[in-house]
Amino acid sequence: MDYFIQQLINGLTLGSIYGLVAIGYTMVYGIIGMINFAHGDIFMLGGFAALIVFLILTSFFAGIPVALLLLLMLVVGMLMTGLWNWTIERMAYRPLRGSFRLAPLITAIGMSIVLSNFIQVTQGPRNKPIPQLVSDVYHIGAITVSLKQILIVVITGILLAAFWYIVNKTPLGRAQRATEQDRKMAALLGVDVDRTISVTFVMGAALAAVAGSMYLMYYGVASFNDGFIPGVKAFTAAVLGGIGSLPGAVLGGLLIGLIESLWSAYFTIAYKDVATFAILAFVLIFKPTGILGRPEVEKV
Amino acid sequence: MTFGTDMMTSNTTGDTLLKVEHLSMKFGGLMAINDLSFEARRGEITALIGPNGAGKTTVFNCITGFYKPTMGMITLRQRDGKEHLLERLNDFEITKSAKVARTFQNIRLFSGLTVLENLLVAQHNALMKASGYTILGLLGLPAYRNAAKAAIDKASYWLEKAELIDRADDPAGDLPYGAQRRLEIARAMCTGPELLCLDEPAAGLNPRESAALNTLLYAIRDEGVSILLIEHDMSVVMEISDHVVVLEYGQKISDGTPDHVKNDPKVIAAYLGVEDDEVEEVIAVELEGGDH
Amino acid sequence: MNAASETGSTNIMSKALREAAFAGAIAFGMFLLFVGIETYQDIDNRLVWRTRWGLLAIFVIIAAVGRFVTVGFIRPHIDRRKLAKAKSGVLEISEEKGFFHRHFLKIALIALLIYPPMSVMLFGPQGSLKYVDNFGIQILIYVMLAWGLNIVVGLAGLLDLGYVAFYAVGAYSYALLSSYFGLSFWVLLPLAGILAAMWGVILGFPVLRLRGDYLAIVTLAFGEIIRLVLLNWTDVTKGTFGISGIAKASVFGIWSFNVGAPDYFPKALGLATSSAWYKIFLFYVILALCMLTAYVTIRLRRMPIGRAWEALREDEIACRSLGINTVTTKLTAFATGAMFGGFAGSFFATRQGFVSPESFVFLESAVILAIVVLGGMGSLTGIAIAAVVMVGGTELLREMEFLKLIFGPDFTPELYRMLLFGLAMIIVMLFKPRGFVGSRQPTAFLKQRKAVSGSFTKEGHG
Repeated sequence: MDYFIQQLINGLTLGSIYGLVAIGYTMVYGIIGMINFAHGDIFMLGGFAALIVFLILTSFFAGIPVALLLLLMLVVGMLMTGLWNWTIERMAYRPLRGSFRLAPLITAIGMSIVLSNFIQVTQGPRNKPIPQLVSDVYHIGAITVSLKQILIVVITGILLAAFWYIVNKTPLGRAQRATEQDRKMAALLGVDVDRTISVTFVMGAALAAVAGSMYLMYYGVASFNDGFIPGVKAFTAAVLGGIGSLPGAVLGGLLIGLIESLWSAYFTIAYKDVATFAILAFVLIFKPTGILGRPEVEKV
Repeated sequence: MTFGTDMMTSNTTGDTLLKVEHLSMKFGGLMAINDLSFEARRGEITALIGPNGAGKTTVFNCITGFYKPTMGMITLRQRDGKEHLLERLNDFEITKSAKVARTFQNIRLFSGLTVLENLLVAQHNALMKASGYTILGLLGLPAYRNAAKAAIDKASYWLEKAELIDRADDPAGDLPYGAQRRLEIARAMCTGPELLCLDEPAAGLNPRESAALNTLLYAIRDEGVSILLIEHDMSVVMEISDHVVVLEYGQKISDGTPDHVKNDPKVIAAYLGVEDDEVEEVIAVELEGGDH
Repeated sequence: MNAASETGSTNIMSKALREAAFAGAIAFGMFLLFVGIETYQDIDNRLVWRTRWGLLAIFVIIAAVGRFVTVGFIRPHIDRRKLAKAKSGVLEISEEKGFFHRHFLKIALIALLIYPPMSVMLFGPQGSLKYVDNFGIQILIYVMLAWGLNIVVGLAGLLDLGYVAFYAVGAYSYALLSSYFGLSFWVLLPLAGILAAMWGVILGFPVLRLRGDYLAIVTLAFGEIIRLVLLNWTDVTKGTFGISGIAKASVFGIWSFNVGAPDYFPKALGLATSSAWYKIFLFYVILALCMLTAYVTIRLRRMPIGRAWEALREDEIACRSLGINTVTTKLTAFATGAMFGGFAGSFFATRQGFVSPESFVFLESAVILAIVVLGGMGSLTGIAIAAVVMVGGTELLREMEFLKLIFGPDFTPELYRMLLFGLAMIIVMLFKPRGFVGSRQPTAFLKQRKAVSGSFTKEGHG
């Protein structure tokens, strides 16, 4: 039982990270109906930004408080990826909006290749290890909970609450929801659709940067090809939860995290990704709209 | 040379072709169709009319298998006496085996294929058989080549009827609206149906296109193919149909000849109840016409 | 020049300057950390950093100047040209085609047939290796894969992101069956195709209900599952180590390419011993396989099944209303596409002599899909051109030794291969969203064969 709870906690931590990335996928998909394949690499970029900020700050201010350090890593990471995703949307996706459906998908795949190779070229192909940021560990009976895990879950919770507030209670969120429902009509009613979409990309990127920083903090290592597998899993999470649904993305993320850690704990670790993908396939085949997705009625 | 189904023989005219019994369709809590029964006879044009939201298209979707009805029975008796229970067949089998073809309210053409190709796709099942399910055709045997030629001839026949022969090699998406309507009907005819279901074929047509449509519909009826149509345009309904069924809120409120229906007080009430000036006017004109 | 246009041009210039400054600022923000700072491991294996302000400055300047030129000169130029064209009323599409254009396919085929002997004549047997193998065979494998995927994506409109799985099935079928049972290439080639087609049906069946992006993500998942199984099922596949020493293809079982064997093929022709002959033989094998793929695709398009695929791409509901069984139609598309992937896979295995899961990552699926879309979905010629440009172009980068003179001896052009590939994908899509060949050739005609403009064709929902 203790072992199970331990795995539950590990899964929850991992799931929080996937959930944060999944929100970016689900929002972009919801608003412009496009799989933003490069989103996983934005997550990776966020991790790298945090890594570089960490290196700079620790070399200048050796005794910097960990809380401040973390905060700066998160903030710079969010700004950086936000700027990147804004530019990417502006230059590579916007001109193709409303064109042939596969064109933006191919562009996004191209962008994903570009981003990971850009980091490989500029920062080198090797794994980048950093020392432990927070190493406190608490024991409750036989269960071990690290401060890192608590931080990740708490930060995810705070961000989700803030996010939920923005989408549901602010004019910006209303504009987003309106654009999602009917872009043309929203534009006719005075919603600045281009700006709304830009903001959506920036928000998604900021969340991915937080996820990237926490991924770095959790595993203590960053690599240029970190974008793909977590990206695919986060997208899987978004689809599993019902693409276009924010709570669905988080739920999907948590589920994927749990499946992964429980499978690794009780079966073979080698096939943990197979389990994830197989469950995705099963869910989609039997409930194609995901867990919380709106059912799609076939119009005749 | 005729490529339509064989000319009807006198002993089958007026037979019941399609029999809808106690049909009900529920969407969640909404009863879209409630215990509907009617018949369509062979060689006739049967019209299904009713105010917006009366459930006409839903009836169509049940007959053509796109929806599975909650309750009821839909029987189709073919010319050779074979009977099909349509509610048990898949959508594509209804066209393939039961020989019921349909068109859509919002035209569904293969817009990137040429007009001719649209009509060839409609002959898929016949051509599939002729090509030995692709294998013989891949080897380039003459049997398939002849069948392919015959398919083009059949397509040309219907293109002539639909007055589209000059546009045969243009993309279907490039045609004007009225021509797209006729093409969709011609395409449905290429499947070789006994019953053709048309969902608002005259919607959005100008008078000239409307006239061209009527010509096509008569040509189809003269081939011995029965027609079931949904229509809003009263002038079309009253002019061409032999038999009219009126729906309101998923229930049948009148059933009979056009003359009978347009004098039925229930129908008048149903139409006047709708806040649609155009329909009211049309009905008013029709009623005046009937009085004289 | 009158005053109005002069103020217009100063307006443009000041706008260009403003936008250039803005672009420079954005570039500075974007590249500050990733280009301005370099992280590396020091002698104690600790991660440290140093600055690269010079490089950062170059990035910022390129962004600013690029923006300035675009806004100040290129865009006004394009606008003027458009205006002039609109005024003169000349249609952009001209129906006239030159000799080269009309006979393009024949010329291309002849060029391909004489390509290996030409390179042997020019560079000698050893020197031709590079051209026949790295360029010829490599490109033709991608042509074949892309033509195979074209059946699924380009014709039937089913977005498949896991196509590489069938390539892997073909490669491993050959590798395993030839290693364990010693079966020959010519027996296993069709068998690999059949096995891949079977997998196409097995994987295709459950996902047929799915549409659009859901289908894409499930096919991606299946592709990854197959790769992960190959990676982890070490008893059979040897995992990451892969299977090596895969038998070479023989000349239809009559002659072999094993050096020193009595039936060594070049000896029969009186040629000197060289690995180049085997590569040339393989070149013709893959060329024949490509031709087979093209032939089958062209024939199928003119048959009911091929038309049903294209109709399915245009409108699935209309297909069902015409009595077409969309399930079997989709499955045949999946199976046919998979079969060609399987052929290509077994060819790949015999060419490399080695297979490992490394070769079948998602990136490969993405590259193949990119070639299909960049070429123009459904167009065999366009796809072949895209394969030559994208694969050949990145292969060319390996040859650019002279770049070392410019960027210093540490410069490795290969490193930039995928970066440039990705950039090329984006740029081609931005300028030609429908690919190199955007129009579609009709499969039948009454009077005149007219290409269908890409603006009418749909890209499928599933």
